[in-house]
Amino acid sequence: MILTNVNTVPGKKIVEHFGIVQGSTVRAKHIGRDLMASLKNLVGGELKGYTELLQDSREEAMNRMAEQARQMGANAVVNIRFATSSVAQGAAELFAYGTAVRVE
Amino acid sequence: MELILQNLDLLIFLILLVLGYLAGTLAEKRHYRSIIRREKALLKLPVVTAEGSFPVERIKNAELVCGSVVVSIDYFKRLLAILRNIFGGRVKSYESLVDRARREAILRMKEEANRRGAKMVINMRLETAAIGKNANRKKSIGSVEAIAYGTAVVLQKT
Repeated sequence: MILTNVNTVPGKKIVEHFGIVQGSTVRAKHIGRDLMASLKNLVGGELKGYTELLQDSREEAMNRMAEQARQMGANAVVNIRFATSSVAQGAAELFAYGTAVRVE
Repeated sequence: MELILQNLDLLIFLILLVLGYLAGTLAEKRHYRSIIRREKALLKLPVVTAEGSFPVERIKNAELVCGSVVVSIDYFKRLLAILRNIFGGRVKSYESLVDRARREAILRMKEEANRRGAKMVINMRLETAAIGKNANRKKSIGSVEAIAYGTAVVLQKT
């Protein structure tokens, strides 16, 4: 599965379009990590727990999107976009969408 | 002793303020130093927001790379920002926060592209979101997340 965020796959030719595919995930960290994050909030700096959490969830969202594309018979997803939103306290939604295509 | 016990709330507040100021300033200075050092090291890898066009036979492969970071503000600067809300104007403490977050995210993306042997990152996009406990409250932004993503292009050796 080739993933890009440009209109085409550089170096390859698109032969078939399949339309939009998407993947999303909502995740929360366990309470210990939340506590650590609020302590870190006092002194500032990077919140490593949250960075990790978001990275994992982004991968998960991308996997789901790729899986959907695979089921359609595509071998690449182009024009991928990401979005993040906070749906509840301490939980974040990660969302990825793109266009499934077949390239040669 | 009694005086301390009576003003315990105030004392805790002051301690947090001083701790936030000292640790926050130190962390920010260190972070900026590391950002500038790594930016210099990765200067040879250009990142553009445009979609480049390459001759087909030169490209080995192209893949998505992304980098993200969550940075939070310290207690002292949060207070400064709240005070700033009264008078209006530039909120410098938050400016430096988002600046750090974005540059760090771009750097992480570049590092990933570098690991994959890419010569260039095209169509870079930036995304910022407020997450964490305070995200749903309008009044204070506790921490920001910055995501940078783009397509890394690996060229064939000629």
